[in-house]
Amino acid sequence: MKLPIWFHRFGSPPYVYGLANTLAPWLAGIALILLAVGGFWGLVIAPTERTQGEVYRILYIHPQTAYISMMAYTVMAVAAGIGFIWRIKLAHAVAVSAAPIGASFTFCALATGAIWGRPTWGTYWEWGDPRLMFELLLLFLYLGYLALRAAFDDRDKADRVSAVLAVVGIVNVPIIHYSVLWWNTLHQGPTISRLGSPAMDTSMLIPFLIMVAGFTALFFWILLRRLQAEIVEREHGTRWLQSLVREGAA
Amino acid sequence: MSEFFSMGGNGAYVWSAYGITLGVLIWNVWAARSRLKRNLRLAARDGEPEPEGRRPRVSQL
Repeated sequence: MKLPIWFHRFGSPPYVYGLANTLAPWLAGIALILLAVGGFWGLVIAPTERTQGEVYRILYIHPQTAYISMMAYTVMAVAAGIGFIWRIKLAHAVAVSAAPIGASFTFCALATGAIWGRPTWGTYWEWGDPRLMFELLLLFLYLGYLALRAAFDDRDKADRVSAVLAVVGIVNVPIIHYSVLWWNTLHQGPTISRLGSPAMDTSMLIPFLIMVAGFTALFFWILLRRLQAEIVEREHGTRWLQSLVREGAA
Repeated sequence: MSEFFSMGGNGAYVWSAYGITLGVLIWNVWAARSRLKRNLRLAARDGEPEPEGRRPRVSQL
C-alpha cells in the first residue's frame, strides 16, 4: 500500500522534533488548566451523589485514568504496527514513548479502582472479576513490552519484535471495554457511551468530561516530550542534532 | 472546611485516590522532562571527541 506524500514528512526526525517542541507547551497549558478546573469542579462544586455519598468523587479520576490506559495502548499498538509494516523508525519511537505512560496510568486506574471498591463493593480486589483481570493483563502487556525491548541490544530488532507483542495485545483493549457487558462483574456498566442519553446528571457530566479532556491533553503532552527524548537518543551523531544542541548551548 | 476534607467520613478513600493520581501525573511530567534533558546533554557531549570507555546505557523508562 502506498502512503500519501504528506505522510512522509512524519518520517523525518527533525520535522517531528520541531513539531513536538511547538505543540508540547500548548498541550501542557491546556492540560493543566482543564485538570485544575475539572478537579476543583469535581471535588467542590459538583453535588453529592445520592446513594454513594461523597466517595463517588473518585468518578472524576478513575474512569479517566482507565480510558488513558487503553488509549495509550491503542496509540502504542497502531504506531508499532505502522513501524513494522512500513519500516518507519519514528513510528517505533512513538510506540516506545507511549508504553511507560500507559503503564503508569494502568497502575493508577487499578489503584484508584481498588480504593473505590472498598467502600462501595466491600472489597479492594476481586480475583476472577473480568474487568479487573483484563485491566491487570493490560499492565502486564505494558511491562512485557518494555521488558522484551530491554532484552535486545540491537534497537531495530527490539523495535520489530516488541511491535509484534504490542499488535497482538491490542485484542485486550476491546475485551476490557466490553467485559462489563459480556460477563457478570462487580464493575458497573458503561455510563457515558451508552446510546441515547447518558445516565449522568449534567452537573456531574460537565466536570467528568473536562477531566477526560484534561487527561487526554496531558497524555499527548507527555507523549510528545518522550518522543523528543527518543528522537534525540536515536539520532545520535546526525548533523541536524549536533546543530540543534549547539544552538541550545549557545 | 474540615467537613470538605472528611468527605462524609470517606476522606481517606477520596484523598488517597486523588493523591495517587496526582503522584502519577507528577512522575510522568518529571520522567519525560529529565529523559529529554539527559539525552540532549548526551548528544551535546557526542559532538566532542569520544571519551574512553563505554557510554552509559540509556534506560527504557
